[in-house]
Amino acid sequence: MFGKLTLEAIPYHEPIIMGAVAMMVLGGAALFAGITFFRLWGPLWSKWLTSVDHKNIGIMYIILALVMLLRGFADAVMMRTQQAMASTGAAGPLPPEHFDQIFTAHGVIMIFFMAMPFMVGLMNIVVPLQIGARDVAFPYLNNLSFWLTAAGALLINISLAVGEFARTGWLAYPPLSELQYSPGVGVDYYLWALQISGVGTLLAGVNMITTILKMRAPGMTLMRMPIFTWTTLCSNMLIVAAFPILTATLAMLSLDRYLGMHFFTNDGGGNAMMYVNLIWAWGHPEVYILVLPAFGIFSEVISTFSSKKLFGYTSMVYATVCITVLSFIVWLHHFFTMGAGANVNAFFGISTMIISIPTGAKIFNWLFTMYRGRVQFTVPVLWTLGFMVTFVIGGMTGVLMAVPAADFVLHNSLFLIAHFHNVIIGGVLFGYLAGFTYWFPKAFGFKLNETLGKVSFWCWLVGFYLAFMPLYALGLMGMTRRMNHVDNVVWHNYLLVAALGAAVIACGIGAFVLQILVSVLNRKALRDLTGDPWNGRTLEWATSSPPAFYNFAVDPVVTSRDAFWEQKQTTGAGLQPLPAYGKIHMPHNTGTGVILGGFIAVLGFALIWHIWWLAVAAFAAAVAVGIGHTFNENRDYYVPSETVAETEGKYFKQLTSQV
Amino acid sequence: MAAAPFLSGCDMALLDPAGPIGAEEKSIIILATCLMLIVVIPVIAMIFLFAWRYRASNKAATFKPDWDHSSKIELAVWGIPCVIIAVLAYVTWVSSHTLEPSRELVADKKAVEVEVVSMDWKWLFIYPELNIASVNELAFPAGTPVHFKLTSATVMNSFFIPRLGSQIYTMPGMETKLSLLADAAGDFDGLSANYSGGGFSDMHFVAHAMTDDAFAQWVEKARAGEGKLTMAKYRDLAKPSEKDPVSYYAEVEPTLYHDILNKCSDGSTCMDAAVSLAMAKEVAGGDLQLCNPAKPRG
Repeated sequence: MFGKLTLEAIPYHEPIIMGAVAMMVLGGAALFAGITFFRLWGPLWSKWLTSVDHKNIGIMYIILALVMLLRGFADAVMMRTQQAMASTGAAGPLPPEHFDQIFTAHGVIMIFFMAMPFMVGLMNIVVPLQIGARDVAFPYLNNLSFWLTAAGALLINISLAVGEFARTGWLAYPPLSELQYSPGVGVDYYLWALQISGVGTLLAGVNMITTILKMRAPGMTLMRMPIFTWTTLCSNMLIVAAFPILTATLAMLSLDRYLGMHFFTNDGGGNAMMYVNLIWAWGHPEVYILVLPAFGIFSEVISTFSSKKLFGYTSMVYATVCITVLSFIVWLHHFFTMGAGANVNAFFGISTMIISIPTGAKIFNWLFTMYRGRVQFTVPVLWTLGFMVTFVIGGMTGVLMAVPAADFVLHNSLFLIAHFHNVIIGGVLFGYLAGFTYWFPKAFGFKLNETLGKVSFWCWLVGFYLAFMPLYALGLMGMTRRMNHVDNVVWHNYLLVAALGAAVIACGIGAFVLQILVSVLNRKALRDLTGDPWNGRTLEWATSSPPAFYNFAVDPVVTSRDAFWEQKQTTGAGLQPLPAYGKIHMPHNTGTGVILGGFIAVLGFALIWHIWWLAVAAFAAAVAVGIGHTFNENRDYYVPSETVAETEGKYFKQLTSQV
Repeated sequence: MAAAPFLSGCDMALLDPAGPIGAEEKSIIILATCLMLIVVIPVIAMIFLFAWRYRASNKAATFKPDWDHSSKIELAVWGIPCVIIAVLAYVTWVSSHTLEPSRELVADKKAVEVEVVSMDWKWLFIYPELNIASVNELAFPAGTPVHFKLTSATVMNSFFIPRLGSQIYTMPGMETKLSLLADAAGDFDGLSANYSGGGFSDMHFVAHAMTDDAFAQWVEKARAGEGKLTMAKYRDLAKPSEKDPVSYYAEVEPTLYHDILNKCSDGSTCMDAAVSLAMAKEVAGGDLQLCNPAKPRG
C-alpha cells in the first residue's frame, strides 16, 4: 500500500534532525495559523499563488531562495562545527551517515534551490521592465516553472523528516549513487527533486529567451539592451543548452536504480566515467549560468552609482558571449585526475584558462567605469567592490587549478572548496545580494535600511575571508574534502578559525533578516515615491515603485543605450502624463500552475517511496489538469483605458507631491 | 592563540614535497601564482585607488559621465591577460606531458611495481614481483621509482600521498597508472581524496619510503604475515569494514589483481574474456553460437 514507506522512515532517534523538523513544523503551523487568523488565504491565492505577473513570481522565487539559504546555511554551520570539533581525534556530534547527508544537501540546496531561484527571481522582476515589456512571453508557463521549482524544494525538505537524503556528494557520482552502494531513498529524493525543478528551470529559460528576443520595446536593438538583460539572455541560452544534459543524465541514473539498467553500474557493461563527463557537461555551464547574471548586476550597479556610462559596453557584450561559448568546452577540468591523458588534460586546462581573459576584461571595465565617475558607497556598491577584490582572488586560484599538473595535488582538497566558495559567494551571492538591495525599492516601493545593509555586508565579507582563507591553507597541507573526522592539531586550529568565520557570516545573515524586518516596519519613511530612487539609467526606473501590474501604460521608445538616462537628459525629467491612454491587453491569473506543481510533488514522493498506485494517480491527475487548462479559453482581458488613466494619474500626482 | 599552531613550512605538505613529482608540481603552483599576480595585484590596488579617488564626495576629481570608451585601455585589458595566459598555456602544455601520471619515472634503480586496489574502506597493495600484499600500509625503497597500477573493488576513490605529488582516481573495471618517487627515507601520509561512503574518513594509510635494507626487512615481515591471500580470503576482505589494522599477506593469488580489475573475483566471467568472446563472435559473423548450446553449430 505505501511502498517502501513505513513509520520507521521518520528518524525519531536523531535529536538534531527531529529538532530541525520540529522547527519546520512549528514555523509552518505558525504561518498557517497567521494566514488563517488574518483571513489572508483568499488574497494569497488570488494575488500570489496563482499570479502570472512576472514581478510577483519573481518575488516568490526570491522568498523561496531566502528560505532555502537559511536551510543550506544551517547545513554549513553543522559542517564547520563537526570538522572543528572532530579534528583532534574526537568523534564530533555528527556520525558519518548524518554528516554525509549534510554536505550533500548543502551543495544541492545552495546551487539548485538557493542560487537558481534567486537568479530566476531577479531576472523575472527586472528583465521585462528593463526591455519595456508588460510581462514575460509565456506568463502561465512562468507560474508553472516556479511551482515546479517549489515542488523540488518541497521534496528536499520532506527528505529531512521522512527517510533520508543522499549521502553521495552534491553530484551523486555513481557507482556510489547506484542501488548497490546507496540502497536507501536518499538518492531517489535527490533524483526526483532535481528532475522536477530542472524541468521548471528549463521552461523558465525558454520563457526568458523568448521574452528578450521578441518583446523588447521599439528601438531597443540588441546592442542597446542593458547589460543585465544581455547576461540574462546568455545565461538562459546556457540553461536551454545544458539542462537537458542534466535531465538525461539523471534519467539514466534513475533507469539504473528503478529498472535495473546498467548505464553507470559496476557490472553489465556500465561505466561511471560517462556519468562524470555528462554531469559536468551540464555542471560547468551551470557555474556560468549562475555567475553571468551576477556580472550583469554589477555592471548596472557600478554604472548607476558612478553616475557614468558603463565603460566598454561592446567589449562587455563580447566578453559575455565568449564566456557563454567557452563554458561548454572546459568540463573535463573537474577530473584531470581520472587519467584522461596528457593531450586531453592540456586542452581542457588551456581552454579553461582562456575564460579568464574575457572575465578579466569585465573586471577592468568595471574599474574604468568608476574611473572619472562619482562613486557613491551605497550597499550595492559595497557588494560590488567586495566582489571585485574577492573574485580576482577566486579567479586566480581557479586558473591555478586549471593547470593539470597543479590540480593533481589540489584536486578535491580544501583548496578546491575554498576556490569555488570564493567565486560562488564572492561572485554569485554578492551579486545577487547587490541586485536584491538595488531592485528592492522597485519591487516593493520602499528602500532597505542602509545601516543594517552595511553591517550585513561587512559581516559577510569578513566572515567569508575568515571561513575560507584557512581552507586554502588546509588544502595546501593536504586535507581533502568531505572528511567526517581527522586527527591533526594544526588543522584543528585552522578549522576553528573557519568555524569562527561561519559564525561571522551568521551575523551577516542575521543583519540581513533584521534589515528586511526593520525596513518593512519603517517602510513609510523609506518610501520611494518617484520610482527612480538611485537616479537610474535603464527602463525599469521609468515606472512607479512598485510598477503598475501592466508595467508601462505606453510602450517606451528607445533611441540609445541607457534609455531612461537619455530620456532624463533630453526632457529633463522622467515620464510625463499623457492626455489619453489606450486599453491594455493582459493575461488572467490561473491556478493551474500551483495545482499541477502539487500533483507533480506527490508524483515525485510516490516514485521515491515506490508507492506505484499513488504515482499513477498523481501522474494522471497532473496530465488531466494540464489538458483541462488547454480548454480554458478565458485567458486574457483588456484593462480599460479609464483604469489605466486612473492608475497613471495617481502616480503622477505622487510624483508632483514629491517635488 | 599563539602563532605556533599556524606554522607553515613543514605543515604545508604540498609546499614541502619529498619527491621529484611533488617538487615540480610545487614549482608550477608557485610559477603560475606569480604569473597571475602580475595582473591581480595591480587590479586589487586599482579597485581601492579608483573607488577612493572617485568617491562622490571628492569634487576635486575629474568627472566625465559620458566617457565610456578608450581603444588604448581596451587593448591593454585584453592584450596583457592574453600574453600571460599564452605563457601559462605553454607551461600547461609542457607540464601536462612531463607530469602525466602514467608516464613512468626512470632512475638508476629498477622500479618497484605495486598494484593498488581501493576497497570499502581500506587500501590493498599487491607487490606482484615479490608475491606479497599488505592492507593499509605501503612500503617501498627510497630513491626508487614506484610504478602503481590502480583499480577499485568498489566505488571511486583517489589514491593520494600529498608529499610525494600527483593523485589519481581508482575506478572499478578500469586501470589507472601513476609513477612516484621518494627522494629519501620517510613516512608519508596517504589517503583517499575522493569521497567513497561511510568509512571514507578513515581510509588513510602510511607510505614508508625506506632504505633498501629496511625495505628488505619489511618484505620479510610481510612474508611472515597472514599466509596466502586466496580468492576466498579476498572475498572476506572485500566486505565493507572501517579502520582496518595494517595486515600483511605472505603470498597472493597470482590472478587476484586481474580478476578484481575484470570484475570476476566472485567467480563470474571476466570482462576481458567476455570482450574477446564478443569480438570472436563478431569475427565469426554470427556463426559462433557459444552462448546457445541448444542450437547446433553450422
